[in-house]
Amino acid sequence: MLNYAIEVQGLRVVRGGRTVLPDLHLQVEVGSVTGLLGPSGCGKTTLIRCLAGVQVIASGQVTVLGAPAGTSANRARVAYVTQASSVYPDLTVRQNLDYFAALHGASTAAIEKALTDVGLADRADQLTGDLSGGQRSRVSLAAALLADPQVLLLDEPTVGLDPVLRRDLWNLFTELAAGGRTLLVSSHVMDEAGRCDQVLLMREGRILAQTTPDDLLASTGTDDLEDAFLAIAEGDAA
Amino acid sequence: MSRTWATARRVLQQLSHDRRSVAIIVVLPSILLILFRYVFDGNQLVFDRVGPQMLGIFPFVVMFLVTSVTMVRERTSGTLERLMTTPLRRGELIGGYALAFALAGLVQSLVSSAVAIWWLDLGVESAWVVVLFAVVDALLGTALGLFFSAFARTEFQAVQFMPAVVIPQLLLCGLLAPRDKMADVLEWLSAVMPLTWATDAFTESLTTSGLNGAMWRDLAILIGCVLAATAGASLTLRRRTP
Repeated sequence: MLNYAIEVQGLRVVRGGRTVLPDLHLQVEVGSVTGLLGPSGCGKTTLIRCLAGVQVIASGQVTVLGAPAGTSANRARVAYVTQASSVYPDLTVRQNLDYFAALHGASTAAIEKALTDVGLADRADQLTGDLSGGQRSRVSLAAALLADPQVLLLDEPTVGLDPVLRRDLWNLFTELAAGGRTLLVSSHVMDEAGRCDQVLLMREGRILAQTTPDDLLASTGTDDLEDAFLAIAEGDAA
Repeated sequence: MSRTWATARRVLQQLSHDRRSVAIIVVLPSILLILFRYVFDGNQLVFDRVGPQMLGIFPFVVMFLVTSVTMVRERTSGTLERLMTTPLRRGELIGGYALAFALAGLVQSLVSSAVAIWWLDLGVESAWVVVLFAVVDALLGTALGLFFSAFARTEFQAVQFMPAVVIPQLLLCGLLAPRDKMADVLEWLSAVMPLTWATDAFTESLTTSGLNGAMWRDLAILIGCVLAATAGASLTLRRRTP
């Protein structure tokens, strides 16, 4: 039995001549929701792309579910939802899900369940390009849920959603983790950290802290996660 | 294999939501042929000599454009990166594309061949041979489009590859001037361009019923080019990008 769904050692990534991740170490437990938090441009997306196996890395080891990231075994059980919705705007919602279901060998029942999970059951036959930005990103999320992945990598999945939908999605994330799935959710909204089992605070390609929301508040003597992050970030800079 | 079929179905579904492109693919070659036929109305000989080659060139050009733009769109929209994180193999993706556009090419060729042969009285010996080579040309356009799309960053660049890839082949394929009258270098160049062999087959189709030896050779060369370009296209797909 694996203890860690994600293990990263000495990860170094250079993009366009700039070192985005200098030397990153990380462990994420199985069956947890981990929030990846930090200002935009700090390397969150690059880290997630490494875990999905689509980023060229300069050095280091990235292990997901005991195998190197991006191997064919991992592509069947790790799902990556990009920040921009990566589904086909010129297909209906259902046609998009049919396609991704076929790639993963998922059933029709899985399609219906994914549609319901993201609250789009009534939009199934609409053209994806005609939906709002928030709805499109939920189609993208549904396409990932279809595969019933063991690890879900979600890059800012709640951007542009209203508070009710955000709450519903976070409930869904918690439910998935309770069922043994591992979720890594990036966000730059600090109040979402409160919904996570673990938080990773990231700045300029480094992990500043890996802790629980409660410990974060306690260790910084603040009662607001935004203030706690600022305290850690500024303490690190000083 | 089922993922190849699913990809082909998805590409055709995308196309079916774009009615204007469907109309262009199906009808445009026929309209151009009709135009061509009546421009040389006083001289049926010109149409008889050049018409069959036209039947092959249109699907080649149209499918090259449609495929390269679609593929660039897949790369820039982030869906390609997403597909790279799924169990889909690169060959399955490229195969799915080739299958979908070959089908579109078949429909196009059937329509334009029917118009040319029955309405415009194009004198070919075997209609099925013309359709066969038109479909192979459509496949060739798709395969080269898949390959060259790897070198285009934007859809704008992809469109501009069309004259770069197509016009030299048009000039040298033997349609405008006989190949044996060309300077040696040009004749040698024309021999490595696939469209030359398609043109040769269409020229043969004017006087031959069925397939003769030269046409079998042309067919083999064309299919070889399709396979090489498709293999090249799968190699240009990278799972990991910088």
